[in-house]
Amino acid sequence: MRHAVIALLRKEAALELRTPQVIPAMALFSVITYVVFHFGLKRNQLEGDLASGVLWVTILFAAMLGIARLFVSDREEGGFDAFLLAPVDRTAMFVAKAISMFSYLVLVQVIAIPAFVILLLGPTPDGTQALNLVAVLALADLGIAVVGTLVGALAVQTRARDLIVPMLALPLLVPVIIGAARASAPLFALHATALPGKWLAVLALYDLVFGLLAYGVFDYLVED
Amino acid sequence: MVTYGKGLRPLSIVTAILLAGGLVLALFYAPIDADQGFRQKIFYIHVPMAITAMGGFIAGGIAGIMYLRTEDAKWDLRSYTWIHQALILALGALITGSIWAKTAWGHWWVWDEPTLVSFLIVFLLYCTYQPLRFSIEDRDKQSRYAAVFAITAGAFVPLNFMAVRMAQSLSHPRVLATSEGGLPPEMQLPFYTMIVAMILLFITLSKYEMASKNARAQIRTLRRRMGGDEGPQRRSAAPSLPATTPTSPS
Repeated sequence: MRHAVIALLRKEAALELRTPQVIPAMALFSVITYVVFHFGLKRNQLEGDLASGVLWVTILFAAMLGIARLFVSDREEGGFDAFLLAPVDRTAMFVAKAISMFSYLVLVQVIAIPAFVILLLGPTPDGTQALNLVAVLALADLGIAVVGTLVGALAVQTRARDLIVPMLALPLLVPVIIGAARASAPLFALHATALPGKWLAVLALYDLVFGLLAYGVFDYLVED
Repeated sequence: MVTYGKGLRPLSIVTAILLAGGLVLALFYAPIDADQGFRQKIFYIHVPMAITAMGGFIAGGIAGIMYLRTEDAKWDLRSYTWIHQALILALGALITGSIWAKTAWGHWWVWDEPTLVSFLIVFLLYCTYQPLRFSIEDRDKQSRYAAVFAITAGAFVPLNFMAVRMAQSLSHPRVLATSEGGLPPEMQLPFYTMIVAMILLFITLSKYEMASKNARAQIRTLRRRMGGDEGPQRRSAAPSLPATTPTSPS
């Protein structure tokens, strides 16, 4: 299965490198959302709960764009058919897509997080806080990638793809938003406190449950 | 051939009697709540509705697992019907919960009540079940994808409850002891009666819906056999049953 996953990942990377679509769109969307929040909230600087909320709402909505596009090229240009012809485990596609969704999110955040710190965040995080934030981001991204892959595969076969994705993914990702926003709020506070470990545990549990679940049911989404 | 209408009449009668009896018990036998007075009576409708709806959602997920394992259209129909009925009960639970919140706390919506909030999230998620089915034209694919949705959402229900409950600050006490331990015995009898009645109502309504869907499929088969024009096939979110051969009365 490793070879199949690597082959699929190379295909994804080649597609995105040849015509960059998803990552630029998600990054631009994130930055413009900060501008929208600046005017919508009438605030120049944010801290604490509010900063955390703005960041996570932006990440989540930017992720919707990526989820909606995740399987489109496979459906429209015969990627599914070719994959089904290959004598490989179908779960390979789930693993490859989840890894590429995760990498999209990481690459977008490499742009979007510094932009957030410069544009909106009041207190600049120090080294430890930045490391803690990376841990929160990694766990939350994993959850978004796993659920996003499942929802993307469900939605791509429907006629109302773009409508189904946010309707399914947003409620399913509410626990991720709760965990991630609560975990990163103290990191953005004026007097930063320690990272609350229980929210990392919630995120990890969510990743585990939905990872196993998606791994189990994904096969049924790529038949015929 | 599966007959869905079997035993429907006695079941309906028992359900009606239990529902009426439970309501009478709740209104006249159960003591008036010391804090909230008469308006606390909505508890006997609201909580059984919510519990039955949750049970229906999880049952729909289990039926989804059974469908993926057996590929039997019967399980798809069950999953669809149970989620459909649970969604109706969930809407009822949200409305009664909102009314209760208004009378007890003075607000239509209380974000501090984790059960209420997680219930809303679950309700919103399941609202997508029908649109999802409706937007998939291929019947096999529709059933399979709906089953995957039902399983995912069924697993989401407990996880979501846990996350939302943890998100509430600890300074808020649990205002309502909905756990059975907090209920005096005179309240327990009406409460349990209402729970049983609500579950029976759920089963009865589900059976009616399945019988109706089954009858419609049989009529379609008969029309086709008579060579009649069945008209353009409408796209539908409801599962299609296999063309059954109606047995002639012997």
